[in-house]
Amino acid sequence: MSPSNLNDDASPWYQVITGQDGPCIRLTGSYTLSALDRQLRKVAAKLARFAAQSDLYWDLTGIQQMDHAGAVLIWRAWGRRRPAHLLIRPEQERLFMHLEKAHPAPKPVRRDILWPILTLGRRYFLFWDHLLGIITLSGLVLLNVFYLLKHPRQIPLREISANLFRTGAQALGITALVGFLIGIVLSYLTSEQLHTFGADVFIVNILGMSIIRELGPMLAAILVAGRSGSSMTAQLGVMRVTEELDALTVMGIPHSLRLVLPKIIGLGLAMPLVVLWTSAIALLGGILAADLQIGLNFQYALSSLPDAVPVANLWIGLGKGVVCGMMIALIACHFGLRIKPNTESLGEGTTNSVVTSITAVILIDAVFAVVFSNVGLKIPR
Amino acid sequence: MASDCIIEIEGLHTHFGSTVIHENISLNVYKGEILSLVGGSGSGKTTLLRQMLGLETPAQGSVKIFGYSRYDCDFDLLKSLRNRSGVLFQQGALFSALTVFDNIALPMRELHCLDEEMIRDLVMLKLDMVEVAAQHANKMPAELSGGMIKRVALARALALDPELLFLDEPTAGLDPALSESFVELIQALRQELTLTIVMVTHDLDTLAAISTRIAVLADQRLVALGKLADIIKIDHPFIKDFFLGKRGQNALGKLLTHS
Ligand SMILES: Nc1ncnc2c1ncn2[C@@H]1O[C@H](COP(=O)(O)OP(=O)(O)OP(=O)(O)O)[C@@H](O)[C@H]1O
Ligand SMILES: [Mg+2]
Repeated sequence: MSPSNLNDDASPWYQVITGQDGPCIRLTGSYTLSALDRQLRKVAAKLARFAAQSDLYWDLTGIQQMDHAGAVLIWRAWGRRRPAHLLIRPEQERLFMHLEKAHPAPKPVRRDILWPILTLGRRYFLFWDHLLGIITLSGLVLLNVFYLLKHPRQIPLREISANLFRTGAQALGITALVGFLIGIVLSYLTSEQLHTFGADVFIVNILGMSIIRELGPMLAAILVAGRSGSSMTAQLGVMRVTEELDALTVMGIPHSLRLVLPKIIGLGLAMPLVVLWTSAIALLGGILAADLQIGLNFQYALSSLPDAVPVANLWIGLGKGVVCGMMIALIACHFGLRIKPNTESLGEGTTNSVVTSITAVILIDAVFAVVFSNVGLKIPR
Repeated sequence: MASDCIIEIEGLHTHFGSTVIHENISLNVYKGEILSLVGGSGSGKTTLLRQMLGLETPAQGSVKIFGYSRYDCDFDLLKSLRNRSGVLFQQGALFSALTVFDNIALPMRELHCLDEEMIRDLVMLKLDMVEVAAQHANKMPAELSGGMIKRVALARALALDPELLFLDEPTAGLDPALSESFVELIQALRQELTLTIVMVTHDLDTLAAISTRIAVLADQRLVALGKLADIIKIDHPFIKDFFLGKRGQNALGKLLTHS
């Protein structure tokens, strides 16, 4: 019996006949999910109508095949109890016995009416929870540093170098591309403006100042937060899902020492180098664009750069790099270690990690701007 | 009988890199039978199962399920073929983001022809069948014990009452009582439905209890294929170790004294 030649008025599912004891409904055909398919609801509705007649005899022995879906369908048509008159095969009997004693599904948890307030409150506490977690983790890492100072042979050099390569060397391409393009755009926009005032030479000051002090470090930090931060969180998260973190714990290897510390040190070392690289490429792009746009001499630009930009700005930029790098790694590890062993939590944790670390990077930038507000800005004449 | 052939494997070769896993394996699975795949650890049973499921492509040879090779299926046909078969993976492969209930309900919801009430009843019935208590229905897979994961995964494999079941070590990690009730469950299902099962197992009791035929994988080949009583007569080192060792003698005691 294939589902295609089932047709409504032929009613291949049942026949109503009049037996010796009164009206009798004989179920026929295959009561399986694949056979019922699209007809399922229609059949269920019809059977339910028959079940309303209390004196009807039900004969299930004519059913060729009945699977769980078919049994549930008939059972529900009966209103979850056996009809008074029922003829049934032993194996079907077993199925219905299962259905009789099957537990009702536990009710899904209903939403509280106060959920907006509850959510808000939970968010608030979650924020402090995260803050506390990050502080705790940094404390742990600090303790690890002291421990390693006493036991220098246990310094995880291999992991640090691997992180240096992954977060530093492999990030050079993308940071160079973005830096170069931003440099060109910046130079292109400002050089025209300066040209109209005849102040062409100040392009070097503008480019140097903005790129070395602000744009270079920020671009690099945001790119690295998106690139390396997310991969660190995902790595730790997957290790949680596959119970690798637990395996490390039972081997007596603390996560903070073997996983977190190398990442923080690695990124803390790699970040200033990436910042330097990004700034250099962005400056190059800017000067090249200015060369094409307003005919700025390349040699002149390079030689006047040290006069235009006090060297303190470079140190500030590199300092931002170190702090941002360590912060990104710390935040990424914090979120990675908090991931619960399921895929949804993994995705959520990675998103939160990237969003938080980019926010943190911008906050750090603001703090640097306030703290160093009178360093490196005055140009000695 | 070609029409009764559910799975046809012909001249199958597999290798990962330079390691050869299968060499020229030909195997038919007939309607209504329970075929057990046995072989040493790493002999390529899971790999063979994955090739039957179309998750991996053999280097050479063809695999046909319900008479169709994976390459002459369009989307709808493939979907309907997939709905006709259920799979229990070795590690369970439950969706970690969904509760136990939703894991089993997922394939039913995907059919789009069952209402939510009916799905609820069906899921609870399946859970009851595999002896998982109702209070676990709202748990996440990470909160389950190893054996419970196996049973929930089995319930999910049975969700659509498939005619073809692939089971990768269904009784590994279950206690003896649960293994026994697994055997009973399969036997009960088989009375009601024509169920074809391809099963990988190391559990000799289960093997002896339900398999109609046994295929033995060793030395990259199919070294034996047939009924248990015939298999144990074959002279091959792996078969000797597997069936006629201490454990084998305990499990197959009656059968061995007969032969
Ligand atoms: N994706 C893969 N890449 C490389 N080699 C693989 C891959 N999958 C499996 N193998 C190799 O193929 C061989 C067979 O693996 P398979 O998982 O099929 O074994 P099995 O028979 O199921 O063993 P067990 O009883 O332990 O589950 C093993 O040697 C394994 O290392
Ligand atoms: Mg396996």
